Amino acid sequence: MKIAITSSGNELTAAVDQRFGRAAMFILYDIESGEFEVFDNKQNLNATQGAGIQAAQKVFNMGAEALITGHCGPKAFAALSAAGVKIYCGATGTIESAITRYKEGGLTVSTGADVEGHWV
Amino acid sequence: MKELVIISGKGGTGKTSITASFAVLAKDAVVADCDVDAADLHLILEPEVKEREEFYSGKLAHIDINKCLACGVCEEYCRFEAILHDSSGKYIVDPNNCEGCGVCVRFCPSNAISFNDRLCGDWMISQTRRGSMAHAKLGIAAENSGKLVSTVRKNAQELAEKNNTPLIIIDGPPGIGCPVIASVTGASIVLVVTEPTVSGAHDMLRVLKLTKHFGIPTLICVNKWDLNQDMTESIEKSAREHNATVVGRVRYDNMVSKAQIEKKAIIETDAPSAEDIRNIWKNIEKNL
Amino acid sequence: MKIAIASGKGGTGKTTLSVNIAQAIDSPLVLLDCDVEEPNSRLFLNTEYVGEEVVSTLIPEVDTEKCNGCGECARFCQYNAIVTFGTKPLVFPEMCHGCGGCAKLCPQGAISEIEHRIGSITQYKAGKITLYQGCIDVGVSMAPPLIRELKKKIPDDQLVIMDAPPGTTCPVVTTLGEVDYVVLVTEPTPFGLNDLALAVDMVRALGLPFGVIINRVGIGDDRINLYCERENIPVLLEIPNDRAVAEAYSRGESIVESVEGYRELFAGVMEKVEEEYRGAGK
Repeated sequence: MKIAITSSGNELTAAVDQRFGRAAMFILYDIESGEFEVFDNKQNLNATQGAGIQAAQKVFNMGAEALITGHCGPKAFAALSAAGVKIYCGATGTIESAITRYKEGGLTVSTGADVEGHWV
Repeated sequence: MKELVIISGKGGTGKTSITASFAVLAKDAVVADCDVDAADLHLILEPEVKEREEFYSGKLAHIDINKCLACGVCEEYCRFEAILHDSSGKYIVDPNNCEGCGVCVRFCPSNAISFNDRLCGDWMISQTRRGSMAHAKLGIAAENSGKLVSTVRKNAQELAEKNNTPLIIIDGPPGIGCPVIASVTGASIVLVVTEPTVSGAHDMLRVLKLTKHFGIPTLICVNKWDLNQDMTESIEKSAREHNATVVGRVRYDNMVSKAQIEKKAIIETDAPSAEDIRNIWKNIEKNL
Repeated sequence: MKIAIASGKGGTGKTTLSVNIAQAIDSPLVLLDCDVEEPNSRLFLNTEYVGEEVVSTLIPEVDTEKCNGCGECARFCQYNAIVTFGTKPLVFPEMCHGCGGCAKLCPQGAISEIEHRIGSITQYKAGKITLYQGCIDVGVSMAPPLIRELKKKIPDDQLVIMDAPPGTTCPVVTTLGEVDYVVLVTEPTPFGLNDLALAVDMVRALGLPFGVIINRVGIGDDRINLYCERENIPVLLEIPNDRAVAEAYSRGESIVESVEGYRELFAGVMEKVEEEYRGAGK
């Protein structure tokens, strides 16, 4: 199973990017194999609006079944939910520690957006 | 890091004049002028531009008349009255109306329409006598989609993060449409500057509905309050009923224009209303 | 004849002028309140409600039985208003511009368009003035679609005065399309001049004849006069700063009805505009 984590860098030692729609990049982590891929989030630079929605589309296309991030706005939340992606907000620290917390059941599935959206 | 946004609903109530004074009063703040349509804050703060970038947003269609068959499908499909043709059968896109949706591009049978990134304006990062400033200028007749406002806010946030600045003060646009929405979503607190008039009262209610919709704590102050004391009291009562906090009143003051002409914030002069603005700032600091 | 009253800066007196010029003219006319985010004209008129209509844009509705999740709609959409995840496209009505593209291109014919409310147009009568007020719902971000609907109320046979929104971007540009003459209202201050220059660039880009009214003369200096002289822009009227006017306005009163001398002043504006319009060779 693959999970996506918003990241500020391209290593597992990087910090979890607290934003979803405007996250610097995504790390797609394979739980079983421990391998990971890095995806940039540059498509958002050209959109008129809807960074969160585009990012949700990207996460779905990456084949992630879950998303770990800091905060998630309402449109992004709606899009990810429609995509069937489980959302875990409130992750801080490094990508590595977030993955460990996830595996240990220390992160809770979000039932709604935890911040208001931004207009991008 | 907190974001204070100053809006009004009705235009011309004094947002920018008051914001300029706050920029001077604040100990450590980044300033953002999000009224990208008709920016005025720079006239007082006199920013020195350090960084300037072109801002592209959305797309614009363009018809190549050499490939155009004059079939008229584009004009028929366009929902925005952005395609016109003249008596000679030449079809052109009206850039003032084109919303960059791509329908004409997609359905042109001879692929005669190109779809290009649209230059909408510039954004700037500057230094003022009171610290860093993020601002922008939208091109004439450009689409005011709020994206440039979001870009200015993002620039202000990055400046504040880089320098550990605890506060961003944002001069917002009038109205309640996308530029205002882009200015307030995610902000820590909003100050509505209104005036003691029937219009001011009416427009304030719409703006309070907006901030309530986005769940942002809202403060209000009445500018030029002594033009109509009854109206001022009625507005303050109405604001409280809508869960907004009244943080003060600013008196009508002939010296405001003089300060503007001298490129000074009101509190940098001995205008009578300076005292009122200082009191309001003290109250805002308590609420931050 | 269609006259729009606009400005770059907010609060210069567009609505005051629109309403009072309308009241000063003897003949029947239509007043269009195009400041659909914050319409105020009605507050100054003794109005009789005539009727209201809901204004909607068209947004896509996907028939999930027919949808095969190909994603063409999402790839086409420039506004992220429709996104697909397998066979369940999600629509974000507030992002949709109503272009109809997704409905036209869906290879399965799975997308139809449905109405999505954005606001209303209310009709009022105030003596010989017919007022159409456009008003977007709070939370709706785009004003132009409602302004376009409002402009459909413009009759062929009567004078139309349009109270424009402040600024120089899409809501104002939509209002000013195909107008015969634009009156730009400003105030004699640095902010007033800065924003007037932007508004002048806008009306010139739109190729429309225009003139300037300087309101609240006395609060600042003569920079507007100097600018208009340099730029060859006719100054149609200068209104002195008058506390009596400000107070009447604050109470929602008509200036022509409550302050002496203003009826003739505002009636004179129309005459000046007609003169300028004829002079502009139209």
